[in-house]
Amino acid sequence: MIELPTVLADEAPKATGTSLFRRLTKNPVGLGSLIWLALLVLTAIFANVIAPMDPNAADINAVLAKPGGAHPLGADSAGQDVLSRLFFASRYSLLGAMLALAVAAVFGIIGGLIAGYYGKWFNAVSSWLTGLLMALPGIVVLLAARSVLGPSLWGSMAIFGVLLSPAFFRLVFAAVSAVRNELYVDAARVSGLSDARIIGRHILTVVRAPVIIQAAMITGIAIAIQAGLDFLGLGDTSIPTWGSMLSDGFQQIYSNPLLMIWPSLAIALTCVALTLLANAMRDELERSGGRKRRRRGAVELSPAEAEPIIVHDEIPDTEGRFGEELLRVDRLAVGYDQPDGSVKRVVHDVSLVVKRGEVHGLIGESGSGKTQTAWSVLRLLPEGGRVVGGAISFEGVDLADASERKLLGIRGKKIAYIPQEPMSNLDPSFTIGYQLVEPIRNSLGLSKDEAKAKAIGLLTRVGIPNPERTFTAYPHEVSGGMAQRVLIAGAISCDPDLLIADEPTTALDVTVQAEVLDLLRDLQRELQMGVILVTHNFGVVADLCDRVSVMRNGRIVETGPVRSLFANPQHEYTRALFDAILEEGPPRGELKEPDLVPIMTESVFLPSNINKGVVL
Amino acid sequence: MSTSAVSEKPLVSTLLDVKDVTVDYPIKGFRKEPFRALKGVSLDIRPGETVGLVGESGSGKTTLGRAVLGLAPVTGGSITYRSQEISQLGRKARRALSSEIQVVFQDPYTSLNPSLTIEQILAEPLTVRNVPAKEAGKRVRELLDQVGLPSGSVDRLPREFSGGQRQRIAIARALALDPRLIVCDEPVSALDLSTQARVLELFKEIQERTGVAYLFVSHDLEVVRHLSHRVAVMYHGEIVEWGDGDQVTARPEHPYTQRLFLAAPVPDPVRQEQRRAERRRLELEQREADLQAGAVA
Repeated sequence: MIELPTVLADEAPKATGTSLFRRLTKNPVGLGSLIWLALLVLTAIFANVIAPMDPNAADINAVLAKPGGAHPLGADSAGQDVLSRLFFASRYSLLGAMLALAVAAVFGIIGGLIAGYYGKWFNAVSSWLTGLLMALPGIVVLLAARSVLGPSLWGSMAIFGVLLSPAFFRLVFAAVSAVRNELYVDAARVSGLSDARIIGRHILTVVRAPVIIQAAMITGIAIAIQAGLDFLGLGDTSIPTWGSMLSDGFQQIYSNPLLMIWPSLAIALTCVALTLLANAMRDELERSGGRKRRRRGAVELSPAEAEPIIVHDEIPDTEGRFGEELLRVDRLAVGYDQPDGSVKRVVHDVSLVVKRGEVHGLIGESGSGKTQTAWSVLRLLPEGGRVVGGAISFEGVDLADASERKLLGIRGKKIAYIPQEPMSNLDPSFTIGYQLVEPIRNSLGLSKDEAKAKAIGLLTRVGIPNPERTFTAYPHEVSGGMAQRVLIAGAISCDPDLLIADEPTTALDVTVQAEVLDLLRDLQRELQMGVILVTHNFGVVADLCDRVSVMRNGRIVETGPVRSLFANPQHEYTRALFDAILEEGPPRGELKEPDLVPIMTESVFLPSNINKGVVL
Repeated sequence: MSTSAVSEKPLVSTLLDVKDVTVDYPIKGFRKEPFRALKGVSLDIRPGETVGLVGESGSGKTTLGRAVLGLAPVTGGSITYRSQEISQLGRKARRALSSEIQVVFQDPYTSLNPSLTIEQILAEPLTVRNVPAKEAGKRVRELLDQVGLPSGSVDRLPREFSGGQRQRIAIARALALDPRLIVCDEPVSALDLSTQARVLELFKEIQERTGVAYLFVSHDLEVVRHLSHRVAVMYHGEIVEWGDGDQVTARPEHPYTQRLFLAAPVPDPVRQEQRRAERRRLELEQREADLQAGAVA
């Protein structure tokens, strides 16, 4: 009940109230639930108009009357009209549930907002109170309250509302503490918004949707608990509720079993409708979240606009540094399946060759398809993505349509991978040593001790100052640069032929980047690896690569040896990229006299205001 | 009356003066020593000037920006803005300052509320100052025009824009109240190369037109060099080098700045090879110097 809406917390801001309602009416389950609940609410409101009789009017002649005639649904053991009582019971049962909901919402939401936004002592106290409330057995508290306060529908529902408030509190608290440190909340504070306005405008919108869902669930629980209390005969007998009708029907179960049916149906249908409504709302909100993937968006472009690729002349390999051809990608196309059945292509006609000992850079801006190309060599495209054309041949095997089993023998053994974010690629719950040793044992078939010795050797090789200590450390105990070294150690553990490095230094500081690039260069020379290096940084390409391909919109526009391409870029896009580089650009210079703006003499924020502010 | 003190000062004076500022963040746990993010930092910004603040992660450069904005707990020293102390202001007085000091954050994806339209985002600082809706609408279109976005974008949501466009929206929001100082916290780091160049030009153009001053925080020496009149280099919560932009970014004197300068790869294979050799030589020299210093001490 509680974990359900927290999943939703980050989807919530995208949904607005009106559009959620409209989408619900298009969802069959949601529409059905809404119709039942609407009918119920109307019945409750107009009970005194549509009920044929007074619900408490007892007719001695009609005791346990069968349905028909003056009593469409019959009469109960006191001779009261069942239909009329059912209508009025809807009113009181719903009102009781609403009271519980209102109390829970007021305590839970306000408490959650204050605790989440301001934190500090209020957070400590309220979290402790919530824990206490959740530990209390609800029914026992309600029974105790009844013996003190007497049978009262409103009293017991108000108390139950307090008992339910942790559900709202925890939900709101989690959502608010998640957004409190969002930059847009900081920006709102700098814009001069008051706390009340920030909470109302920027924070309530985030919790609105999960709170609505939670409210539907809680109403259902309140109705069920209230019916249970009345069924046990602990409620107020003077007002008709579903629970008291059920209790009466239960006593007459042998003489008139129909009496039980009507309140049972009302309770069951209402609880089911509320739960289904909550589910339907969650479904609708989650669907809206799935459609809007941010950032790594695939570019939309018609595949038609193919243009000739500019290829620079080869520079003869005089030093004999490069060996045989390792990887040949031929007219590769990558596509993503769309919900409507079509395929959106994000990589078109990409061809490249990597020789042993050669570093091939793929450079481009976000959405250019460079990472997609690298992933397809590993056949590790995200969900829905696949190679839709062309061939990838690696040492004679076509990776484009090799079986998963065949890939297992290649991935991590002959082709290794270094990711962009070192921290998110190490599992925080295992030691670094464990994460290195397991793959080594798996791919090389070494014993545990041999694998450990090899792992420590590798950690030493990648320049980690204290390899034994790093071996036993957890990922959060090392810096980003060290984590990247650990991943490099893991990648070279199997002596790969080809290394795929996806922006290996983007997340690192400049000085650390320089060290990691040095390490990569040394290892590449030492192990004679072929490397595909994905980057957006021309400096990194100049530092490490022998050959470079410039990508735009899923295509290679220009390719060639690094020296000749950097010396003479020909494609207009490549030139535009080079022009955008600030390196060696003119400095801004000193602030010139005419640039200086005189300071206005009068102050915008008057000292009187300041003093007030300090006091307040 | 209160104005005379200011007007007696020379015309060209300091807009923002940061003196020996320290910032301590409390560490969770009983009786834990707080973490000192800034260890006595001093710099000043003149009206219409860009001061670049360079450093690596954890150097405290972002914390200094946040301290100026009143978002970080200043535990020592003073920050004076137009001769008035602002480091310990209450929330109300801070709000009054919002028309003077503004901010552009690094991540254009989280600095805009995803559920508000562009018009709502840009009009918000105006409406809290009771600017009539009609006037606010006019100002919003003016702002969009200033940052080079079509005025038809007012009813769209942030997610419909690319990173560069979102950053333009964030700049427009910062400009809404005509501030004199904008703290720019890595405003181009999340952007593509060509977008980055265009957004930097926009910053420059706005400064030349409006005379706003920038505290420009970045990890990239080249970006800072392009935009800054003066540059401060931060390392472990302290400013290690502070001076003229050209000198600091091209002929650094402090060993750390020199390392930083040589670590950034040059987009030219031939020159990068030379720079790499130079960096290795410098590292060796500095290590030897450290060893000698250690031996002497």
